[in-house]
This record gives sequence, structure tokens and C-alpha cells, in this order.
Amino acid sequence: MDSPYAIEMLHITKRFPGIIANDNITLQLKKGEIHALLGENGAGKSTLMSVLFGLYQAEEGIIKKDGVEVQIKDPNDANRLGIGMVHQHFKLVECFSVLDNIILGVEPTKNGFLQKKEAREKVMALSDKYGLSVNPDAIIEDITVGMQQRTEILKMLYRDNEILIFDEPTSVLTPQEIDELMQIMKNLAAEGKSILFISHKLAEIMAVADRCSVLRKGKYIGTVETRNTTMEQLSAMMVGRNVNFHVEKQPCHPGEVILDVKNMSVASKVHKKDAVKDVSFQVRAGEIVCIAGIDGNGQTELVYGLSGLEPLKSGSITLKGQDITKASIRKRSTSGMSHIPEDRHKHGLVLDYPLEYNMILQRYFEPEFTDKMGFLKRKPIREYAERLIAEYDVRSGQGPVTPARSMSGGNQQKAIIAREIDKNPDLLLAVQPTRGLDVGAIESVHKQLVAQRDAGKAVLLVSLELDEVMDVPDRILVMYEGEIVGELDPKKTTQEELGLYMAGAKRDEVKA
Amino acid sequence: MKKILKNDAVQSLIASLLCIILGLLIGYIVLLFINPAGAWDAILAVLKNFLKTANHARRVKLLGATLVRTAPLLMCGLSVLFAYKVGLFNIGVAGQYVAGVCASLYAALAWHWGWLPCVLFAIVAAAALGAIVGVLKAYCNVNEVISGIMLNWISLYSTNMILSKYKEEASHYTLYLSKASPKSILPGAGLDKLLGYDKVTIAIPLAVVIAIVVYIVLNRTKFGYELRATGNNKNAAKYAGMAEKRNIILTLVIAGGLAGLGGAMLYLTDIERWSVTQTSVPGMGFNGIAATFLGGLNPIGTIFSSFFIQHITDGGPNVDTTYYCAQISDLISSIIIYLCGFVLFLKTAINRGLARSDERQAAKEKEAAQAAQAPKPEDVPATEKGGEK
Ligand SMILES: Nc1ncnc2c1ncn2[C@@H]1O[C@H](COP(=O)(O)OP(=O)(O)OP(=O)(O)O)[C@@H](O)[C@H]1O
Ligand SMILES: [Mg+2]
Repeated sequence: MDSPYAIEMLHITKRFPGIIANDNITLQLKKGEIHALLGENGAGKSTLMSVLFGLYQAEEGIIKKDGVEVQIKDPNDANRLGIGMVHQHFKLVECFSVLDNIILGVEPTKNGFLQKKEAREKVMALSDKYGLSVNPDAIIEDITVGMQQRTEILKMLYRDNEILIFDEPTSVLTPQEIDELMQIMKNLAAEGKSILFISHKLAEIMAVADRCSVLRKGKYIGTVETRNTTMEQLSAMMVGRNVNFHVEKQPCHPGEVILDVKNMSVASKVHKKDAVKDVSFQVRAGEIVCIAGIDGNGQTELVYGLSGLEPLKSGSITLKGQDITKASIRKRSTSGMSHIPEDRHKHGLVLDYPLEYNMILQRYFEPEFTDKMGFLKRKPIREYAERLIAEYDVRSGQGPVTPARSMSGGNQQKAIIAREIDKNPDLLLAVQPTRGLDVGAIESVHKQLVAQRDAGKAVLLVSLELDEVMDVPDRILVMYEGEIVGELDPKKTTQEELGLYMAGAKRDEVKA
Repeated sequence: MKKILKNDAVQSLIASLLCIILGLLIGYIVLLFINPAGAWDAILAVLKNFLKTANHARRVKLLGATLVRTAPLLMCGLSVLFAYKVGLFNIGVAGQYVAGVCASLYAALAWHWGWLPCVLFAIVAAAALGAIVGVLKAYCNVNEVISGIMLNWISLYSTNMILSKYKEEASHYTLYLSKASPKSILPGAGLDKLLGYDKVTIAIPLAVVIAIVVYIVLNRTKFGYELRATGNNKNAAKYAGMAEKRNIILTLVIAGGLAGLGGAMLYLTDIERWSVTQTSVPGMGFNGIAATFLGGLNPIGTIFSSFFIQHITDGGPNVDTTYYCAQISDLISSIIIYLCGFVLFLKTAINRGLARSDERQAAKEKEAAQAAQAPKPEDVPATEKGGEK
């Protein structure tokens, strides 16, 4: 009982078909510390955490809790040992309320009847104590990802978990929500809870973690105290080279108008007001335009309207001089629009298809991949997938035949980016393209966006990430409550000014 | 060995066989409860079906009879399977099958068409029924199960009404094709002579060929790619610009067509006649659902599962009715068919078992390794040494 460690994972090895996801990894979590886990996409972070949470069984190695060896066969065992996890892709029941999700599996009952009142009180008490504001009666599919995440955290706290695992909690949050989460994590640690925290954002790790362990390609590299290290050192440990955080680019030379949006309005699914209100703007060849704004200010609906996933309420869209307001999704795609979607699991991938089939998702019908009789050409598909995998460094266990479901989150994202950029579009809609990517991959995606621009393509970037907003685009359009409230030049503006626009405190009359 | 067990096809096969054994076991127990004296013989009778006679010629003939009914069952199974791949549960298969029966018999008895146009007409009629379900689903978001069940009844009673004009005076059965319209009967192409049974026709090989075609369409073509993508992730299919509504309708049209073809394959052999007073939808369509699942949701697997299900269905009436009432045969075969639905469940169980045994083996190896070699020097990073107490 006198071990200083809450959890020790010693010499853990976990293999998947074609890959050693964890190769003799040792991780020791001190009581009351926030311990960050850093590593490239596919390094094995989620796998290691899933082993701890009982979702996978390690082939080798042991797990100790408070110095005593324990067996964790399934998440119930983990729960009994006080281990809770917020997954990279949330595991909530979409059509249940927040409260129902929190108590799911541990419902308090009396004579077989649910005692929801008790549960509600406990949840609300926890929510107050840690500043996790949720609406217990809201249905999951209607609430923001931020609130979904708070639900997941409350789920752990409700079960009195002492060891909390956060798998990339910040990649889906807005900067404000991230600050809140950091504070919550600090409070929890101060209470004596031990926290494992996966993130690709070095600044967050530096800000919140006490120590940081680094993995690379399934192997353990080392553990450092964040006090005694720098972001450069961390990234060098992680990718084995220095990463350039700043995007290098030449001045842009905008050409003809590629995308012309006039007075576009899109209805909202959640409330009566329009999600996008009378928006007009243009994107020219050879420039990157970024739509900035706090999540939920109509960016999603704007993109749905542009890509054809939702019909417009009014207004018009012109692509390369051709009116596509009413065009089908396929028509838009073949007319030169590519779309990196916001939600990779909802839209971006067919998870049960192998990687190669996902790579051709936008092009499977082209003569390159389908013959005249309607048969898929298997060899060209395989070769095409292999080329994209190599060119875009998509890592997986079995290459083209890997089921998309088994790939790491970041590599799923890289596969989508490869597919959409390789389609060689005139207009690239990139919605949070670097979500969930490691610093090395972010650098390369930013380079690719700039390369697209330099090749004379129009790029419309939608991002919540302030660094990305300031660094990548040539022009920034700020969206607030469905309207474009400002156009900024990233070279001339500051994060503070941008923040004022995003919060709705400042606005100009913007002309398209 | 384990490698083989981890193969998906092998797992499906094992799961299916386990289901069958489980079904037989439960069936046996039920029989024991009702009357222990005849239980074993009864189960054997169901299982043996055509094998029960010692007479070779008769055996082959009975095998032929089972095969004649296997063909339509396979078509119904394929119909369910095709829709299932797109994420639709085509319970309307029973009604579509009936529509196929109705159209083929009407074309034969009323218009005296040749067999080929009769078959095509059956396909068209049943496909139209599938289309109704598809259109309702695609444009009005009506659940395909609900509309399918409704149409099953509509189809049944319309068929009774339409065919009642062509029934025998003395009975409630439709006329024999051999008397009323011989050229509507499917050709035997020598198969009838081979098995010594004149009801054996080209329907049997045709059904197998269609199963293979379905397999190819689903797995090798652009169309199949779209359908399975839609079934796996509707949103991604939409995002990729696939015409979801068109695909839903097309799928149910094809599923209907397959079931309708099944109807024609049975009734254009003259092995059975339609009773215009029947008040329940024939079990053929519903058995198709079982065949699909027992076949591991694979067209080729469905060929074999259809045969098995038809085999025990035909074996049912052989149960000795001195011990049991006449319905017992249906009861036993339906217990087995019911258990067939557990294939997917068993498959997951097999996987879980495999993972367990992997672990145990790994644990053993680890122990052995540890015993062989003295406690390893630290792989634990130097900074962390204090932790090991
Ligand atoms: N269930 C699985 N089946 C097969 N392979 C898997 C499975 N889960 C993970 N892998 C493989 O193991 C490797 C590590 O994956 P993991 O999800 O742990 O990465 P990660 O470090 O969390 O990456 P990311 O930052 O992208 O989320 C990947 O190459 C992945 O393809
Ligand atoms: Mg991960």
C-alpha cells in the first residue's frame, strides 16, 4: 500500500495483425499527478490505455495498482479498480439523455425501480463541485461535443473513479473549453485523483502535466518532467527530428474567383433561427481563406450547404462560374470540389471497409477503378491505395486491407486527407483537417494546404484552432451567430483582435 | 489450428454447425418432454429425410423433391441477404414470393404463356411489390418491416382472389399445369431423368448460378460497393455522393425480383398447387430469413443452409404420428430454424473464447520464460527506479 504509484504498467506488449502496437512499454502513474502520454499517430497510445481499461488484453506484461498486481479482463474490472476512461471517440448512447448516459450500468434502484432523483442529485453535486456544467435532461445528439465530453467526465466521477484516463480530450474542444478542461483536470489532481492525459498539443502538456511519457512506433522512448523540458525537446523525442511549428509560405497571388457564395442561408436543425444567415464571400484560385469562429456559430451548416449535405434556404453558390446551388453532392464533387469532413466517423469513412476501399470513396466510379461492365478493378485500386499510403504516410497494421475501424484516429484522418487532396480539386473544403493529428503530421498537412494554394487551387479552411487560423490562411473570415462579422488579414491582426470578433464584441460590415 | 479458427469464413461455418446441433438438441429435449418413447426416432426421421428409404431409386427421387423446394428457398434467402447488405430487413420477402407465385400461375393458367415469359412476369410482379416498399422507405421514411408485413397480407389475399378463377371445380386448389398449360412447366433439361423425378427442372442449377451472381455483384462490382457502403454507413454514402434513395429502391426491386423468381421456380414445376383458401402466408419466405442467417450472410453459404433447412422441413412429416400429433414435425423444424438465428451470436462467442485462450497461452509462456531466466535487469527507465518496491 505504500507504493507511490497509483498505477504501474510494466513491460506491456500488445500485438495486432501486422503490427506491434505496444512493444515492451512501461508506464508509471504517480498518485495525484497528471501524466501526459505523447506520441505520433499510431504510436500506440490509445492501445496502451485500452489495455489499462480492460478493452484489450496485453500478451505480455503486468499491471499493478498501488503496488499490487491486478488482472483487468474487461472494463468492469477496470471500473471496480477505480479506473475510468474518456475515449477518443466518445461512447455515449446518442438517443439517451445526459443523466441516463451517466448512470448507465450503475443505475441506483430500489425494489427494481429506478431511483433517478438520487442519481440526479449526485450528478448535479458533482457538476457543481468541478464546474462541469451540463443539462441532465438534454439528449446527447442535440448537445455540443464539449458538453458530451463533460458528460463522459461526469460518468467517471459518478463511478467514484480514482484513476482517470483522457484520450485526446482536447482535439474536439474549442479554446475556451480547453482552458476549462485544463482547470478541471488540475482540480481533480489536487483532490488526489491520478490522471493520464493523451494530447498532441505540446502547449497543453506543458501547461497541465507534471510528467510526460513519450512513445514512438509502439516503443517506449522515455519519461520527462515537464518542468525541466521544452516543447522542442518533447517534439524531438516524439518524432525523432525537430518540428517546425511555423508555416513557411510565399505571398499569395489570388487569381480568378473559384467559389462565389451569394446571400446564402441554411436552416438550423436545432433551433428555429437560421444557422447561416445571408452569408456572401468569395474564394479565389491561389489563396487560402479561413472561416474562424467559436464552434457552433454556423460553420458546420455553412460547409453542409456548400458540399450539398444540406439544402440551402436561399442564396446561390457558384463554382468556377457554374451555378451549383441545386447540384447533387456527386455533381459538386466531379465539378472539382473536395471535402475533408468535420466528423471522420460520421461522414469520412466506411469503418467496415478496408482502407483501400475508403481511399476510393470519392472516385470508385471513375474508369480508373471501375470497368465498363461495372466491375471494380481490384489491382488498380490496390495500387492506388498503396501509393496514397506511402505518399501521405498513413500508418496501419496491414496496409490497404486494414479495416478502417482498426486504424488509429490520426491515421484515419490522414487517409481522408490523402483521398481528398489527391482528387486534385479546384476547391478544397478542409474542415478542421488537423484534428487529432500529431505535430509532425500537422506540419505536413499545412504544407500540403499551402502547396495546393501555390498550385493555383482555392482552399477554404474551417478551423477552431487559433494557431492554425493565424498561421495558415491568407485571409480570415470570422463567423459569429451565423453571420460573417469580420474579414481580417492574418499578417496584420492579433489573436486578441480575432478573439473580440469571435466573441461577437466587434464587427464590421463585410462586403464580399 | 488457431489461425484457421480465426478465419472469418471458418468461424461462420462453425457457428452455423453449432446452431444446428443446438437446435437438434433442444428439439430432442422437447420431444422427450412430450413423449420419451419416440423421441430419438423422431429426431432421426427429421434428419434423415430422403435417406430413410433403403430403395436407391426412391431415395434419389426424394432428394430431388427436396432440391425442387430448395431452389425457391434459396431465392428467398438471397432476397433477404441482398437487402440486408444495404441495411434493410426485407421481411416482405414472403409477400414478394407470393406475388411471384401469383403472376407465374396467372400467366400460365389464364394466358397459357410459355415458361420463360411466365418466369419473367413473376419477377416483374414481385419486383413491383418490392418497389412499393422501397419508394415508401426512400421518400416517406416508412419502415420497410412495417410496410413489408402489410404487403405480405395484401399480396396473399389478392393472390387468392386472382387465382380463384383458375381453381379446380371440386377442390380449392388451382388447376394442374400439366393439364391446363403444359408448356408453362419449367424444362427438365435431362435433370428429371437423372434423378428419376419429373418435377426436377433447370430451376435448381439456375438458383445456384444466381447465388454466385449475387455474390459477385455484392463483392466485385461498383453497384455492390455502393450498396454495402450504404448499409455500413449511410452518412458516408451520402457524403460520397451515392444516390441513397435510388439505391434503396433498386435494392428492394432486386430483392423482390429474387423472391418472385423463387415463387415461379416452385409453382412452375407443378409439384405443388396453390390453395386459394389459405389464410397464412407460406413459410417459404420466412424460412428464407433463417437460411440467410444460417448461411452466415454469405450467398454461397446460403446455398448450403437453404438445402439443410429444406432437408429438415421435408423430414418433418416422417415423424411417427402414433407418438406425436401431426404438427410436431413443424415444431421440430421450426425450433431448429429458430436456433439458426443465433449464428452471429455464436460467432462473437467463438472470438471471445479465442482471445481468452491466447491470453492463457501467453501467460503460460511468460511464466516459463521467467522460470528459465533469472529476474530480468531493469528495462524500466532509470529515472523511475524508485517505484519498484
Ligand atoms: N483493434 C485493432 N485491430 C488492429 N489493429 C489495431 C487495433 N487498434 C489499433 N490498431 C493498430 O495499432 C496501432 C496503434 O494504434 P493506436 O490507436 O494505439 O494509436 P494512437 O497512438 O492512439 O494514435 P492516434 O494519435 O492517431 O490516436 C495502429 O497502427 C493501429 O492501426
Ligand atoms: Mg488514439
